Amino acid sequence: MAIPEPEARTITVALAGQPNVGKSTVFNMLTGLTQHVGNWPGKTIERKAGTCHCNGLTLSIVDLPGIYSLTANSPEERVARDFIIQDRPDVVVVISDAAALERNLYLVAELMVLPTPLVVALNMVDVAERAGIRIDPQVLEAALGVPVIPLVASRNQGLRELIGAVDHLVRHPEGYRPRVPTIREGHQAVMAAVHQLIAGQVPSSYPEAWVAMKLLEGDGDLLAMMQERLPPERWEQLHSILKQHEDAVLDVAGGRYEWIGRIVRAALVRPRLGQIALTDRLDRVAAHPTWGLILLLGLFGVVFVITYGIGTPIQEWLDAALIQGMARTARGALAGWPPWVAGLLADGVIGGAGMVLTFLPILVIFFAVLALLEDAGYLARAAFVLDRFMHGMGLHGKSGLPLILGFGCNVPAVLGARIIEDQRARMLTILLSPLVPCSARLAVVALLAPAFFGGGATLVSWGLVLLNLVMLVLIGTVVHRLAFQGQYAAFIMELPLYHVPNARTIGLAVWRHTWAFVKKAGGLILAVSVAVWTLATLPGGGMEESFLARLGHLLAPAGRLMGLDWRMMVALLTSFLAKENAIPTLAILYGAADEGTSLASLLATQVRPAAALAFLAMQMLFIPCAATVATIRSETGSWTWTASSVALLAVVSFAVGIGIYQGAVLLGVGV
Amino acid sequence: MDQKGILPLAEVPEGTQAVVQGLRGGGGFLGRMAALGFIVGGKVSVLQNSGRGPVIVLVRDTRVALGRGEALKVLVGTQADSHGDSRT
Repeated sequence: MAIPEPEARTITVALAGQPNVGKSTVFNMLTGLTQHVGNWPGKTIERKAGTCHCNGLTLSIVDLPGIYSLTANSPEERVARDFIIQDRPDVVVVISDAAALERNLYLVAELMVLPTPLVVALNMVDVAERAGIRIDPQVLEAALGVPVIPLVASRNQGLRELIGAVDHLVRHPEGYRPRVPTIREGHQAVMAAVHQLIAGQVPSSYPEAWVAMKLLEGDGDLLAMMQERLPPERWEQLHSILKQHEDAVLDVAGGRYEWIGRIVRAALVRPRLGQIALTDRLDRVAAHPTWGLILLLGLFGVVFVITYGIGTPIQEWLDAALIQGMARTARGALAGWPPWVAGLLADGVIGGAGMVLTFLPILVIFFAVLALLEDAGYLARAAFVLDRFMHGMGLHGKSGLPLILGFGCNVPAVLGARIIEDQRARMLTILLSPLVPCSARLAVVALLAPAFFGGGATLVSWGLVLLNLVMLVLIGTVVHRLAFQGQYAAFIMELPLYHVPNARTIGLAVWRHTWAFVKKAGGLILAVSVAVWTLATLPGGGMEESFLARLGHLLAPAGRLMGLDWRMMVALLTSFLAKENAIPTLAILYGAADEGTSLASLLATQVRPAAALAFLAMQMLFIPCAATVATIRSETGSWTWTASSVALLAVVSFAVGIGIYQGAVLLGVGV
Repeated sequence: MDQKGILPLAEVPEGTQAVVQGLRGGGGFLGRMAALGFIVGGKVSVLQNSGRGPVIVLVRDTRVALGRGEALKVLVGTQADSHGDSRT
């Protein structure tokens, strides 16, 4: 038999596993910085791949999404299954959590039926042992007929052996003899009938027996595939058989668990204490309806304080030292050129790139703290505690987290929606994220509200925050009822054991997310920055004469409905670039610098309270900033969705602004 | 047959062990639940149930949070002697 030279070929390895088994730790340990992140074709699911050179081998490693089974219940499961069946990796490594062996063997039972050879990696054996669970890898290996390698991936233990097992399997495929689980006797006859009906009609990449079993489990994708391929009368027969056995999925799953039970009985010893007791003790507080909520709010308070306490000074330093410096250098170097060239480069391009750059300290810290909380096992508890507040909008607990993040900045809120598996719920969460008032908008309110309302400023500010949240719930409920016809996403979420987070996992997560933001959203932010600069500068003669000002004049009739003049409208427009831009724009247009008075006192004398309130409400609800829009576009992968989201917020903010002002006119207050 | 002990998982008090007797719902839901170990005859214990909102259940060594709606679709028997294979 011809064995290819080991150094001559690359072995393709797919990492499979259920969520929370430390799969990304294994992937990070094996691939480090060689990993590249993209999306699976046509999906918004992250595709991570990397290379590992070790033991004189080159392994190309693909990290499949975390899945519980191989039935196409979710896009993740579809992606993972299609890769294993169609791309045919040389070996599938199934990462399993040693502390929850039974449930993890479920996926192993499913994968064993497929022709690709498996290696079972038993991860976190240290955690299991501390909990009093002992597994004998040799016994397990003998029972499964599949190589079993114990690991502590976070401490780099067992990975060398894992690669050795993969290598051995590729060199000696004849030695691989899995003891494939059989289906319960009660269903063998139906299985055979289904198998017979589809025989010869299945694409060659799919094992027929496997397709028959998945059809019995009610797999929608394969059902659609067979409907397309079968002649009508056979399809009718198949359909009626499957209809009669609709509950077979429970039986098939029951059969797998029986098989698992027999295997586990031999290989597993377990009295239990330790980690599990710790998890249950911590959950008394962290998952408690009241204490859990207090802990959550406290923790996120601390997250914001840390993020802005450390991030803002770095941000300011970067802006002053690097961006302003570069802009000065550019202006100096372009002294002989027409002023607009220097302006475009210094203010438009460098300013725009600087904005992307100055976002980074905040995002890096944010991502780091979140990755820490996630890796320690806390984020699932936060989702649990928030669940009861989300149901009115058809969302569940996992949507609560991104929305809370939104108070810091809407960009991580939109990025955070990735944790929601259900497509509809994820899109709705992204749509609602900009309605959470971010710190930049709160800063504008904090500055302007005292100018407009003096002692009433605190009340007005809280009122505005409340207004945003009311609109969020209102829009969420309406979209849920109308666009999604009131369909609920099921809330089924594993709560992992708490454990000490791994620095490498956190570091790589931060690096991946930050890089994704720069790569995907950076260009768009830069483009918007150049466009806004151009509009605000050309055709010359200062901002008062610019195209942007003309646009403001054009919008003035709409503004009049809210009691706002063109200058206020221009301030709203420039706030698209960054929310805090509203302040300098107003300062320029009201000529605060020329008259030597503060913007606050100028505004206080020139803007009536009703118009001021309308303006503040609008700026709180107005279309999100360019960075958020760019992130919405990159996360949804759809310009239509992005445009609808922007349009919705524009309409809502105008409606609320007009409503407030006209209400005040009607009542005759503050006009 | 004795149906007295059968009730939705959402109504099982905290700290109680139970045996799954059946699940209601569509194929996708059944598939996900079955993969986690919610199969007829499977043992579960309720770790947290405040009477409102989601519940935490221990199933096959795993803590799983279920929304209240989902917990209502899982039927369990809390008697130690109730057998799992009476329903499909």
